[in-house]
Amino acid sequence: MPVTADRRPDRYLIIAGALALAVLLPVAVLLSAWRGDESETWRHLVDTVLWRLLGHTAWLVIGVGIGVLLLGASLAWLVATQDFPGRRVLDWALLLPLAMPAYVLAFVVVQGLDYAGPVQTALRQWWPGFSGFSARHPLWVIATLSLVFYPYVYMLARLAFLTQGRAVMEQARLLGRGPWAAFFQVALPMARPAIAAGLALALMETLADFGAVSVFNFDTFTTAIYKSWYGLFNLAAAAQLASLLLLFVLLALWLERRGRGRARYGDRGGRPMVAVRSRWAWLMTCYAGLVVVLAFVLPAGRLLYWTLDEVARGLDARFMSLALRTLTLGISAGVLVVGLASVLAWLQRLRPHRLMRALVRTATMGYALPGSVLAVGIVIGFAAIDRQLGQWFGWRQLLVGSLGALFLAYVIRFMAVAFGPVESALERVRPALLDAARTLGAPPLEAARRVLLPMVAPGLITALLLVGIDIMKEMPATLLLRPFGWDTLAVRIYELTAEGEWQRAALPSLALVAVGLLPVYLLVRRLRHS
Amino acid sequence: MTVLRRLALPALALLVAACSEQPEPKNEVVVYTSRNDELIKPVFDAYTEQTGVSIRYITDNAGALAARLKAEGEQSPADLLVTVDAGNLWQATQEDLLQSVESTVLEGNVPEHLRDEQGRWFGLTQRARTIVYSTERVQPSELSSYEALADEQWKGRLCLRTSKKVYNQSLVATMIERLGEEEAERVVRGWVDNLATDVFANDNAVMEAIIAGQCDVGIVNTYYFGRLQRDNPQLPLKLFWANQDSSGTHVNISGGGVTRNAPNREAAVALLEWMSKPEAQKLLADGNLEYPASSGVEAAEQVKAWGDFKADDLNVSVAGSRQVEAVKLMDRAGYR
Repeated sequence: MPVTADRRPDRYLIIAGALALAVLLPVAVLLSAWRGDESETWRHLVDTVLWRLLGHTAWLVIGVGIGVLLLGASLAWLVATQDFPGRRVLDWALLLPLAMPAYVLAFVVVQGLDYAGPVQTALRQWWPGFSGFSARHPLWVIATLSLVFYPYVYMLARLAFLTQGRAVMEQARLLGRGPWAAFFQVALPMARPAIAAGLALALMETLADFGAVSVFNFDTFTTAIYKSWYGLFNLAAAAQLASLLLLFVLLALWLERRGRGRARYGDRGGRPMVAVRSRWAWLMTCYAGLVVVLAFVLPAGRLLYWTLDEVARGLDARFMSLALRTLTLGISAGVLVVGLASVLAWLQRLRPHRLMRALVRTATMGYALPGSVLAVGIVIGFAAIDRQLGQWFGWRQLLVGSLGALFLAYVIRFMAVAFGPVESALERVRPALLDAARTLGAPPLEAARRVLLPMVAPGLITALLLVGIDIMKEMPATLLLRPFGWDTLAVRIYELTAEGEWQRAALPSLALVAVGLLPVYLLVRRLRHS
Repeated sequence: MTVLRRLALPALALLVAACSEQPEPKNEVVVYTSRNDELIKPVFDAYTEQTGVSIRYITDNAGALAARLKAEGEQSPADLLVTVDAGNLWQATQEDLLQSVESTVLEGNVPEHLRDEQGRWFGLTQRARTIVYSTERVQPSELSSYEALADEQWKGRLCLRTSKKVYNQSLVATMIERLGEEEAERVVRGWVDNLATDVFANDNAVMEAIIAGQCDVGIVNTYYFGRLQRDNPQLPLKLFWANQDSSGTHVNISGGGVTRNAPNREAAVALLEWMSKPEAQKLLADGNLEYPASSGVEAAEQVKAWGDFKADDLNVSVAGSRQVEAVKLMDRAGYR
C-alpha cells in the first residue's frame, strides 16, 4: 500500500500511533534512565551475579517454552481429534489452571515438595535411607511455570486443530501418510501460527515473572531488576535493566513473526473431526487427567486445606467487597483493553503496511514488562503531567492515584493477551464477505453489525475473558497504582505473603481462583459452542 | 469541529478527575504504608475513634511507595510514610522524602538509637533477628554469636533465608559496621559454606526445615518464631539471643516519618506521636508479636517469655547507610 501517494497524514496511522505512544510513555521513562551513569551498579552486577542470572533466564525460557509446547499442543491435539473417556470434562478442565496465579502455584509446589513438606516427610517414613531432593531445583521452576502457562498454547492450538477440519488429515492419510506423519507434516504446521501466538504469550509472561521465581529463590533477569532497585537503591539501573528486557522481547517477537512468514490463520470451514477411539484411549485420559490434577486439583485442594482454619478469621464483609472489586476491575478494564485491541487489529487490517505493523508490535510489547517496573514508569510519567497541570490550572494531583493510571497499566500490560485472539478472529473474516454486504446495499455500520460482529464476537469474548483473568491476578501494578480503597484480592495476598504468611494467604488465593473460575467457565462455554 | 476539539482536552481531564480522588477535607491523614492492612487497621481505627480524625492509607512495598512519593513530589497527598526496616526509612531521607519533626513526645518515647538524628523518622516497633535452634540436636552452650555460625562445627547444619530479604541485608550491614568489611565477608562466606541446603524464600521455611531435621540452626526474626509457637506450643525449637557477650542481638525497626510535602503536617505529627504512646504501642507490637519501641511499654506475655536480652544499640540507620555495601558483599560471597 503506497502511503506516500496521499499527502494528508493518515488518520489510521495517527490513531495507532497514539495507542503505541501510550505504551511508550512508561517505556520512555525507563529509557530516560540511560541518561544517568550507573556504571558502578552495572560493574558490580557483571562481576558477581549477572551472568548466572542470564543463564538462568535462558534456561527458563527454553525449558518453559518446551514445556508449554509439549503440554499445550499435545493436549489440544488429543482433545480436538481423539476420543477418550472423560474427554468432555477434560476439554474444559484443562483450562482451569488459567485461574491459578503463578505465584500461588509456586508456593504450593515449594511448600509441598520441600524437605519439610508432606511428600518428602512421607518418603522418609516409608524409606529410611531416603536422603531427600531439592524442591527448588530449576526443573521444578520450569515444571511449575509450564503448568501455569500451557493453557495459552492449549486454547489457541485447540481452536486451530478444530477448525482445520477432518478433510485435511484425511487427504494426508489418503496420500499415504501415516497418522504420525500426517500430524507432524500437515496438522502441526497448519496450527503453527496459533501455537506460536500462545507460546509468545507464555514466554513473555515467563520473562516478566518475579513472584513465582522468587518463591523458588530462582534468580532470573527480573531478580537483577529488583535487586538494583530494592537492594542497591538504584532505580535508574533497574530501569535500564528493564529496558534491556524489552529489547529481548522485541527480538523474540521479530523472530516469531519472521518464523511465521506468510502462514496465516485460515477458516477452512471443513467438517469437524470425528474422533475415533483408539486402544490407547485410557492412556490419553490418564495423561490429560494428570495435567489437570497437578496444575489445578492438587494445588486448589492444598489451598482449601489451609483455608479451612482461616475461614473464621478472614471471611468477613470486607472480604466480599474485595472479591467484588476484583471482579469489577477485571471486567471493566478487560472491556477497555479488548476495545483498544480491536481498534488496533482493525487498523492493521485497513493499513497492512510496515509502519502500522511496527506500531502494533510496539503497542503489544508491554506484556513482558515486570508489573512493578511498568507501574513506576507510569507513576513518574503521570506525576510529571500532574505537575504541569498543577502549574497551569492549580489542580492538585489528578492522574497519579486515579483509576485512569491503573487502567493504563492494564492496557499496556495485557494488550498482547487481547490482541492475539482479536487479530485471529478478524483474519478469519474474508474481505469479500463485507464487500458482499456492501454490494447488497448495507451501509458500512449495518454491514459491520450484521456481518462482521457475529463473526468476530467469539474472538472478542475469548480475549475479554483471558484479559479479565489476567487483570484479576495482577499484583505489582495494582499495588502501586490503585486509588485509595481499591484493594483487590491480589493486594490482600501480597500483604500476607510479604510477611511470609503464605498459609494465611490461602483464603484470598482460593477466592481469587474462584473468582477467576467464572470467566474460565464462560470461556469454556464459548469454546464448546464455537 | 474546532469547538469540539477545543473542548476535548478539558472534557478528558474532567473525566479523569471524576475517576480520581476528591480533594481531602482537613480532618484527615493520608498514610503510605508497607505494613499489613490487618495489623495497621486496628491501630488507625482506634485513633479515628478517639480523635475523629479519619485516616486513608494504601499498602505496598516500601521501595514502590518511595518511588511514588518521589514522583508525586509537591503534589503528593501523603502525610506519613510508615514502613518496616530502618534501611528503607534511611533511604527515604536520602531521596529527601521526609521532613524533620521536633517533638518532645516522640523524643521522649522513642530511644535515640531507634530514630533519625534529625527527626525525619521514628521507630515504632522493634524487630529482633536472632538464632533459632533445634532443641533435639543442639545444646544452647554450643551457640554464641552470628559470627560463630561461620565456624566449621556448623558445616551442613545451617539454614538461612535469601540474601534478597532486607532483614538479612540489615544484619550484614551492622556486621560491616562492627567488624569491618573484610571480617564481615569472611563470616558470610563461612555461612554459605555451612549451608545445609539452598537458601529459603522466608523465615517460616527456615524453621520448618530445622523441625524436619534438614538442618540444626538458623537466623530468624523472633515474631516468625512467635507465630509458629502460637500455633504449636510444643515446638522443638528455641530462640537463642545472639552476641550477648559482644555487640548484642541485632534489632531492626518498623517506623514512620512525616513526608516532605505533607498537606496536613500537624495532623501527621499528632498521629505519629500517638503511635509512640503506650496504647498504640501495644496494638502495634502485640499485633505482630514484636517489641514496642517505647522503652516504658511491655511486650506481650508470649514475647516476654522468650527472656530478656541485650540488644545492639548501634543506631539502626546503619542498616540503610551500609545496605548497598552489604548487598554487594553478599553477592561476592555467593550468598543468594
